[in-house]
Order: sequence, then C-alpha cells, then structure tokens
Amino acid sequence: MAIWLTRSRNVTCHLNINLGLLRILTQSYGRSSLTTSATGRNVRIPPHVGLLNLAALFSFQRFESVKAEKQHDSEDHGDEKQALDFPGGRVTFTSHLRFISESPEKRIHCYRVLDDNGQTIIGSNFQKVSKEIAVKMYSHMVTLQIMDTIFYEAQRQGRISFYLTTIGEEAINIASAAALTLDDIIFPQYREPGVLLWRGFTLQEFANQCFGNKSDYGKGRQMPIHYGSNKLNYFTVSSTIGTQLPQAVGAAYSLKMDKKNACAVTYFGDGGTSEGDFHAAMNFAAVMEAPVVFICRNNGWAISTPTSEQFRSDGVVVKGQAYGIRSIRVDGNDTLAVYSAVHAAREMAISEHRPILVEALTYRVGHHSTSDDSTKYRSLNEIEHWKMARDPVARYKKWVEKKGWWTDDDEAVLRSNVRKEILQAIQVAEKVEKPPLMDLFTDVYDSPPPNLCEQERLLRETIKKHPKDYPLDVPV
Amino acid sequence: MANTLKRLGKWASSISKTRYYSTICEEQKVQQSGKTVNLFTAINQALHIALETDPRAYLFGEDVGFGGVFRCTTGLADRFGKNRVFNTPLCEQGIVGFGIGLAAMGNRAIAEIQFADYIFPAFDQASVFSLFIYFLLRKTKCRCCNLPGFQHGSTWVKVRSSVKLPSSDTVVGINLTVEVESLYGVLLNLISHIPVLRVDLLSGLTIRSPYGAVGHGGHYHSQSPEAFFCHVPGLKVVIPRSPQQAKGLLLACIRDPNPTIFFEPKWLYRLAVEDVPEHDYMLPLSKAEVIRLGSDITLVGWGAQLALMEQACIDAEKDGISCELIDLKTLIPWDKETVEASVRKTGKLLVSHEAPITGGFGAEIAASISESCFLRLEAPIARICGLDTPFPLVFEPFYMPTKNKIFDAIKATVNY
Repeated sequence: MAIWLTRSRNVTCHLNINLGLLRILTQSYGRSSLTTSATGRNVRIPPHVGLLNLAALFSFQRFESVKAEKQHDSEDHGDEKQALDFPGGRVTFTSHLRFISESPEKRIHCYRVLDDNGQTIIGSNFQKVSKEIAVKMYSHMVTLQIMDTIFYEAQRQGRISFYLTTIGEEAINIASAAALTLDDIIFPQYREPGVLLWRGFTLQEFANQCFGNKSDYGKGRQMPIHYGSNKLNYFTVSSTIGTQLPQAVGAAYSLKMDKKNACAVTYFGDGGTSEGDFHAAMNFAAVMEAPVVFICRNNGWAISTPTSEQFRSDGVVVKGQAYGIRSIRVDGNDTLAVYSAVHAAREMAISEHRPILVEALTYRVGHHSTSDDSTKYRSLNEIEHWKMARDPVARYKKWVEKKGWWTDDDEAVLRSNVRKEILQAIQVAEKVEKPPLMDLFTDVYDSPPPNLCEQERLLRETIKKHPKDYPLDVPV
Repeated sequence: MANTLKRLGKWASSISKTRYYSTICEEQKVQQSGKTVNLFTAINQALHIALETDPRAYLFGEDVGFGGVFRCTTGLADRFGKNRVFNTPLCEQGIVGFGIGLAAMGNRAIAEIQFADYIFPAFDQASVFSLFIYFLLRKTKCRCCNLPGFQHGSTWVKVRSSVKLPSSDTVVGINLTVEVESLYGVLLNLISHIPVLRVDLLSGLTIRSPYGAVGHGGHYHSQSPEAFFCHVPGLKVVIPRSPQQAKGLLLACIRDPNPTIFFEPKWLYRLAVEDVPEHDYMLPLSKAEVIRLGSDITLVGWGAQLALMEQACIDAEKDGISCELIDLKTLIPWDKETVEASVRKTGKLLVSHEAPITGGFGAEIAASISESCFLRLEAPIARICGLDTPFPLVFEPFYMPTKNKIFDAIKATVNY
C-alpha cells in the first residue's frame, strides 16, 4: 500500500504540466489504490513481483528503465536532464545497458481459497458466499457435468451430430457466472455453457439447440453447442477463435457510454490468446477504458497443441500488464477463488471503467470435441489425474458439505432429478419438428432481397420435382 | 549485374527442374499404378515426398505435429523432425505471414489452415503478395547507382498491380505495372531488378486447407471460400477432385514458383479412394482436364462437386444427352482454352460449385465464355451453385447444388 501511495504522489508531481490530465490521473490513481487494497493482496502482486525480482535479478541500484514512467518517476525527481519527455510520457535514463528479462524470476502466483481437500486456506481473502448461492453453484456444477455426460453419449449414439464437453472446467463456468449479474453481457467462446445454465437457460433449451429443432433460437442453422440467448444477454457462440473478444470491447464501451451498471464479460482459451483478435481486444479495451472482463480458461490444450507450443510467456496473466490492463491469475478449479476474482474484477471494471484480465488455470479433461481423440497426443494418466484428483466439483462439494449445507441425500435427489430432466429434454427435443424451410432464407438480411426470393422459389420447384432428395422431417 | 545474372541463372535452373518434374508426371502418371488409398493418405504421401525431396521444405500449422485433425500430416513430424514439421500457435495470420517470410528466404513453406472457414484472419497476409513484391524491391539495391530499388532521389515509385505471369512456368514476359512519377531511368532500373525480386519471391509458399461441405459441418466447417482468393493477384488457387489428382497437384503447387492455395475437399478425405502411384509425380497447374467426352453440353466444375456432376452426366446420358465434363483443377490462372474449345463444340455450358452463386467463380467463367463464345452459344450459361445464405446445418441438403439440380439444368439448357 505504501508503494502505491508514494507512486501516486510522484505521478502527481510530474504531471502538473497538464492540469486536465493531472485531474484525471489523480482520480484514477486514487481509485486504483483503494480498490487494489480492498480486493486483497493478490491483485497487487504483479508490480511487487516485478520490482523485487528485477532488483534481485540484476542487483542494480537503479531499475528505472524496466518499469517505465509511473513507478520510477521519483528517481529523477529534481533532475530534469536524466529523464526523457516524449509523446508517450516521461521516462528516466539509465547508463546501464540492460534488457528486460524475458520472464520474471518467479512465476506469477495463483490465487486460491480452497485447498485440495476443499478446506479454506487460513488467512485467505475471499468474497463471502451465502448458503443459497453456494448450494446453487454446486447443484449447477453437477447439472453441467450430467448434461455433458448424457449429451456426449447422445452424440455417440448418432442422435446429435456434434458435442463438446466442459468437464474439468465446471468451476470457471459456474462460479464466474455466479459472480456476475444478468445485466452483464456475455461473449462466450464455446466451452462455457455453464454460464448460460446459471443464467436460466433450461435443459430443454440446450437440447433444442443441439437437436436443431424449430424451438432452437438459431433455427437449426448452426452446429450443436452454438447456443445464444437474447433474453439472457448471451451472444451466440461462433466456432471461430477469438472473434468475440474485440466485439466484447465494443459492447463494453456502449455500456460505459450508456452509464449502465454492467460490464461485458468474454471467455476464451489459452489457444485463443494467440489470435490477433485477442491482442486487438486487449489494446482496444485499455485505450477505450472499456468495462470488460476477459476470462481466459487456460486449460493447457488447444486441441492437440500444449501451451508450451502456444506461448512462452508466463501464461496469459502477464500479457495484461503489457497492454496496461490489471490482471489476476486464479486457480480455475477453485470455485471460491474464481467467484471472488470475477466478483472483484466486475466491480473494478464498472466503477473504474477499466478492463480486467482473469487467467484461470485449469485442465480440459474431455476431448476437444466429439471429433477428437485426445489420447493420441496426451497420456491417459495425465487425464485421469485431473479427472480424479483435481475435479473442481468434488473439491467444492467438500466445502459445502463441511459447511453443513449439503448432504448425501441432497446429492442423490439432485443427481436423479437432473438425469431424468435431461433424458426427458432429449426425448422432447427429438420429437419436435425441424424448423421450416423458409428459415434458411430468413435473417440473412432484415428482409429477403430479390436474389434470395428467387433462390427460394427455384428451390421449392426442385423439391416438388425431386421430393426424395430432401429430408422428410423439414417442413417445406 | 553479374550477381544479378548469377541469381537469375540459379532461378532458371530451378525452373527447368520444375519442368522436368512436369514432364515426368505427364508421362508416368497413368503408367504406374500404386496402392489404393484415400485422399488424406494421398496428401500425406505428397507431403512426405515434398519434405523428402527438398531439405528446405517446411510443414506447419495448428495441430500439424500429431498428424492434423484430418490425419493428413500423420507420421511426418516423426520422420522429418520437429524443426521441419511443427505445430504453430493458434493464429492463421501468423501461419501465413510466417510462411511468406520463410518462402522469401528461399524455402518451401507448406502452411496448413485447419479449416478454410478459419482462413479469414490470414486474408490480410494472403492478399499482400503484391505488396510484398514492393517490399522486396525496396530491399534490392541497384548495382548501377547503388540506390535502394525503389527510391531514386526523391522519386517514389508505386507498384499498382502485381506481377503477372503469362503461364505458370514462363520466366520471360513478366509484366510489372508500375507508376513512375518521373525519371524514365528509374523504370529501367526497376525492370533490371525484377528477376532478382522474383528469385526471392518464387521460392514457394503453399497454403493447404480443407474446404467444403461434409454433411454436418454447419457454417463454420463447410464453407467454400475459393472465390475470395481468386481476387488476389499473383496467387494460384488449386482444388483436386480425387486422391491421385490431390497428390500430383499438391506436389505441383509446392514446387510451383508462385504462391498457391490448395483447397482439399474434406468430404473426400476418407470417402474418395483410388489407385495412387507411389512415386513422385506432378500434375500440371492451370491445365483443365476433360474427364468425360460429350457433344451436347459442357459441364465445368472442381473438387468434390465433380462426383455429383458426373452422376448427373450419367443420368443425362440415359435421356440421350451427351455431356462433356471438365475438371478445371486450377481456378486461377484458369485454363480458358480447354473450356472454350469444349463450348465451341457443344454450344452450351453449365458451371457448378458449392460456394454461393453470387460472385462465385462460376460467374467469372460464365462471363468470360459468353464474351469469347457469344456467337456459338445456343443457350444461356447455367450455374448450379450454393445459395446466397450462410452455410446451414439442418438445411444442408437444400443448400447444396445436388445431382438433380444439375440434371434439371442440363435438360433445360439442352432443350432451350
């Protein structure tokens, strides 16, 4: 805290050249120091680690060039010649030829609340959860697991064409969703159906989408798992990687301009951080001061590509600082840690108009999708270890049980009910007829232009001539 | 100048090598038959040969290391090592940009984009070939006046359109359109630098990508974006119809002095099975093939669509209509001569592709042929293509240019 206060004062001294800028900066610095202290130590870790490591690493008295501008302006105080004023601010000089290290001496810590046995770590600083929310989170995690298992089987039986599970990432899905409000706008990747589940998307709605029947909001035009809901502020999933990220920034900017008490929240994987869209989004978000929370599910694998072949940085969390974005790394399999981090991130994003990056460390226990067999590129032991020893649901269950909020009976009733409900949903979805043919041509434009009208007319003629060429279950 | 000539000489020899391969392939392609393999195995064989025969060939893309999501690169990382066959980060623009850099340094870069539906972030890179030439020219120093290629005093020269080659393997006749603000001498300088520049560029970039419908792919795993790439000057677009074709054409693409994009019909990866010669052979680019002789109507297509078109031809034959079917193989620069010759004979033309009809490459063929064969055409040129809608899941059978749609169009055109 002391460091932060000193730093803000120094910044203030420096920038009295520009009073307007000064006002903005003192405001934002004042706020940031308050918020960081309020949200606990971990948020404050990056600057600390940077300072300590570099000092240790190089044993230099001066480490100005490493942390430009803000942090070390004090060093050149009163000695104008030793600093460079340039359009990007003020940077002090050093006579040491020294490069910034490619990696910090110590990796960024991972924020955790629950230990492997589901006990809260003594002294841990986390957002309190009511019994109601705690139990709801647990039951939704279980529901998500069962839904995944049954839908996966349905795909294997050929009843749906494709599926993709979230197994191993239930805590990120449910706990992050629980820390948000319904007004927050979600821009998902594709491994976050739990967020939609939490928001109230019914199992029947999930099934309708996967079966592409006429109750599917996408009108059967997209592959299974491409869910979306206007009502629940959940943008429709696209398979393309990372395209949702800059979109989330645009939406967040709109929320800010409309002075809404809400932020945009966007999810992506470790692989997604390699896409240009990720970098565009991070930079835009910082520059536009957009209230957006970036949640990276770093699950170790982008299909067959391990993170070691994806990036050489200390994961994803460190990328935030390079863009001027406050960031935190959390244990993605720790429900309470994810909940607390996202809760704090949301508060900061909205009240301070700033983006926040959350890197949740986890593991993709399932195959990439039903089109993948991950045993071709990773060991069964590795998968089993994460599935059994590090299951986020089992870990969180121990905590709710210890609280006295959950019993074996509750468990048995929940599992049996959810199972029944999902099987029922599948049976219903299967029987609902497919969307009518006209839906192929609707929504391409606000109203079908002449070329589409003509194509529809020709298609209908062809169907009359060759009815056998076309599926019977699609009403023409 | 001597240096320039030396480099030109090196280039010329690499070209003659290319021709040598071409000749071999034409002579041997049907003589030697190999094992019956499917399309992804044929691609795998071609990649194996490409890496084996050229130590400066590299293969990379998302998930390429373990064999690729369609198994096309199986065993290659083990065989050639992780330095030559490797996974890249998940970034299409990175993959193609990296490939351009690799190719510019005299290597053969074979880049895989996992699905053609995901190629669009790389579009920027794939469409900068013409600008890339500009960059190389600037790098080149003029030996006469020792000025960097494009800058002569205060004069700035812009490349307006890219290098145009009259045919795939012609060295001479390079036509670079340049706008010179002044100084005729700069232009001369420029011309003298062109061979140098081509040596740098010609080394070879091939982008491979699965495209097209697969029965359950929906919008993000089914698109046919070939027409977008036909708008990129300097880039060749090639699509094979079968395993044997895939192997020969892919090797030709990899060894072609121009950047190429090779779209693999993913529906055929496992479905199409054929005898594929095991040896190293190439099939010529920009050369269409008449795969079925006929006299009443000409049908032009490429890739997976040809199988449907062939069935339509068989049905039409039962009705007494004789169809000539042409596999275009290379979309750009396309073999207009073969198509024209056929249309002059039949007087009728039908083009079919999976990509949306409006602005599809079929439109280019129709426009060109109506220009050159206007007086010979006996009926309007028919196009049976995908719809102008996003590629749908449940409605896929409705979207597709089916056999019966083609068959009906054949009859309508012939009876016009």
